[in-house]
Amino acid sequence: MDSVSFLRAALQAGTPLLFATLGEILTEKAGNLNLGVEGLMLLGAVGGFAAGLATQSALVAIIVAALCGAVGGLLYAVLTVTLQANQVVTGLALTIFGTGVSGYAGRFLMGDIIPSSIRNTFRTIPIPLLSEIPFFGEIVFQQNIFVYCGIALAILMGLYFSKTKQGLNLRTVGENPSAADASGIPVTTYKYIHIIIGSAISALGGAYLSLVSVPAWQENITAGRGWIAVALVIFSMWSPYRAIFGAYLFGGLDIIGFRLQQTGFALSQHLIGMFPYLITILVLVISSIMKRRQYAPTSLGEPYFREDR
Amino acid sequence: MEKVIELKGIVKTFGSVLANDHIDFTLQSGEIHSLLGENGAGKSSLMNVLAGVYQPDGGEIYFKGERVDIPSPRHSIDMGIGMIHQHFKLVEAHTVLENMLAGMSKGLLSRKKTYKKQVIELSQKYGLDIDPDSIIEDLSVAQKQRVEILKVLFRGATILILDEPTAVLTPQETEKLFTIIDNLKKNDHAIVFISHKLDEVLAISDRITVLRNGKNVATLENDNLDTSILISNMVGKTLDLAIDRPTKLGENKILEVKDLSVLRPDGAFGLKDVSFDLYDGEVLGVAGLAGSGQKELCEAIAGLQEKLTGTIIFKGDDITGSTPRQIIKKGISMSFVPEDRLGMGLVASMDLVDNVLLKAYLKQPGVFVNRKEARFEAEKLVEKLSIDTPSVDISVSKLSGGNIQKVLLGREIELQPELIITAYPARGLDIGSAYKIYDLLNEQKQNGNGIIFIGEDLDVLLQISDRIMVMCNGEVTGIVDPEKATKEDIGYMMVGRKIEGVIAND
Repeated sequence: MDSVSFLRAALQAGTPLLFATLGEILTEKAGNLNLGVEGLMLLGAVGGFAAGLATQSALVAIIVAALCGAVGGLLYAVLTVTLQANQVVTGLALTIFGTGVSGYAGRFLMGDIIPSSIRNTFRTIPIPLLSEIPFFGEIVFQQNIFVYCGIALAILMGLYFSKTKQGLNLRTVGENPSAADASGIPVTTYKYIHIIIGSAISALGGAYLSLVSVPAWQENITAGRGWIAVALVIFSMWSPYRAIFGAYLFGGLDIIGFRLQQTGFALSQHLIGMFPYLITILVLVISSIMKRRQYAPTSLGEPYFREDR
Repeated sequence: MEKVIELKGIVKTFGSVLANDHIDFTLQSGEIHSLLGENGAGKSSLMNVLAGVYQPDGGEIYFKGERVDIPSPRHSIDMGIGMIHQHFKLVEAHTVLENMLAGMSKGLLSRKKTYKKQVIELSQKYGLDIDPDSIIEDLSVAQKQRVEILKVLFRGATILILDEPTAVLTPQETEKLFTIIDNLKKNDHAIVFISHKLDEVLAISDRITVLRNGKNVATLENDNLDTSILISNMVGKTLDLAIDRPTKLGENKILEVKDLSVLRPDGAFGLKDVSFDLYDGEVLGVAGLAGSGQKELCEAIAGLQEKLTGTIIFKGDDITGSTPRQIIKKGISMSFVPEDRLGMGLVASMDLVDNVLLKAYLKQPGVFVNRKEARFEAEKLVEKLSIDTPSVDISVSKLSGGNIQKVLLGREIELQPELIITAYPARGLDIGSAYKIYDLLNEQKQNGNGIIFIGEDLDVLLQISDRIMVMCNGEVTGIVDPEKATKEDIGYMMVGRKIEGVIAND
């Protein structure tokens, strides 16, 4: 097995996970646990796919996918922030909603294939000079534009958290909304903005699947990746940088079985299919034992109401 | 001196509780103005209105002579108001500097280095002695408090509100805080100092405003004041409520508590060496500022406290260390009405029948519960206590406060306990309902049962109790005879002063 080509493929398989995880990190940093990532990815996948078919434009497809996620996020924000509904239940409902909408809309898209103009936009574009670095460059800098964007987004998000005032305010909201409020931070506005943007980012992970990975429509195209993303947030301890590593690791696990079979390695396909999920459980167990929760935003999952006594 | 804040007729309600009842208050620059009053007098609520945390239900706020609204903490900060809350509003996982910078949203980059210098300078100017790089959770309580002060100063506050700042401090730390406050005053800041500690208030204030039951009772200049004037304002005039006090039986000891101490989770004493006796047919009143050990006392007797020393003897049996279930079976009942009233004892979303069943099922044999019996009991309760409800099938949360409390107390009495511990049973009730509760308790007294009545209204305690045990910081200051003691005496004892000549004979 060619390790460069395997790792290159692992990055591609990890990219939808990376987007989904980054979106969820942004949401959780605002103190909201959104278990609707799977639903948001499906909304993005179906919206992006349909828009791509209709307009033949990659840019429009991406924008529509993000908008679909944003609408899902808005719905979630209205329910959990303004109406203070239970975040877990609302997130689960969002997943069911996304699954339903994509399943229904997808029936009209079945059998269609993404036009070549879009596929061309997402072709492999090696970055001059960097792509010639042996091994590392060959893996990281011979990718499509989506993969590059994922890495850039992770780094930007990391800088946003640590270096900007808004990032500090956001972390304060997630840690202790009443402290944030007393400091004059508009808690509700911060929650809305970051939930909506986070949801849009998660939806882009779905769009990657339908526009680049597959690229055709298939029912339930995300196949549980949204749930893996939720676990990856914990795995990466709410750090966008570690999310890059986590997402690519799981991307690798996602394709390793297929690759092994290609090399004639006799391993049950079903067993291989279980890999990412087994690892997810393992990650959750290990990080719980290691008390990773202390990295979680302290107010995660709790609604905030100023006049509570 | 310039008048910086003027509050006129501020009203704030929480449900049916009137926290602020048309309060007037003024604050001048360069003054330390204390807000004095018992817990629940409305001090914090009033200041939270000024901090933009609570929205008033009535009244006007003037800032430097101009009428303003303060719809959010942000507006309050922009006006130069900084509140140091009783429960600190700090992010434990962040550094001091990060906590300082939170909420400063002009510009993009946080420029920590530039601000760090400013923070250090400011910290030195007021003698706050804070390292901007330390993590909040590593700091002591006193240090956290200074971070809060530094934070509001950093945000440009000229009006500082300190909500019970000394409650969490040692005497030495309090001394240091007072130096800081004096420093602020010299820099022409206006300071509101909230406390219920008389000595501190007298030591530090220029003016003192006393609140009682949500009303401004008096605003006094601090010259030639002494504690007695403050106490009489805090507790008010003695009212004759004409509550019955049937003669006590007092033949047999029902409860004997010896050297009872309870440790709180934070390691402090919740109760310290509490000893008292209770006889049959007697009402023992318990007076004290909120948090003086009342809750711990209730829980210790009811078997809900684990870390206790001393002995509790009920009718000759040592019940120290028994489980709550065993204690209930012996005939001890506890009804505690917490501030939110529904917090303990009843399940709000269940109907009357189920709530009665919660305790009644203990006496029922077998696996299955007998709902019919409970319904009968519930109906009996409704009739006997004239509980105002359309039916017994309605969830308790839909009833008014008074009716909820009647259900709570009534259910306990139905179990025919010999010892009733009741805390704040008339909290927030209208007069009629309150009297109903007092009658209910007196009826039990005449049946020969012992009653421990934990109350906050001294007038009621003085009239219903046969003896009153006064508590301060978890210790008993004395057990007084209500025929001899005045409200002022009890007020003194509540803040820890011993008074001779009013102590009850056992």
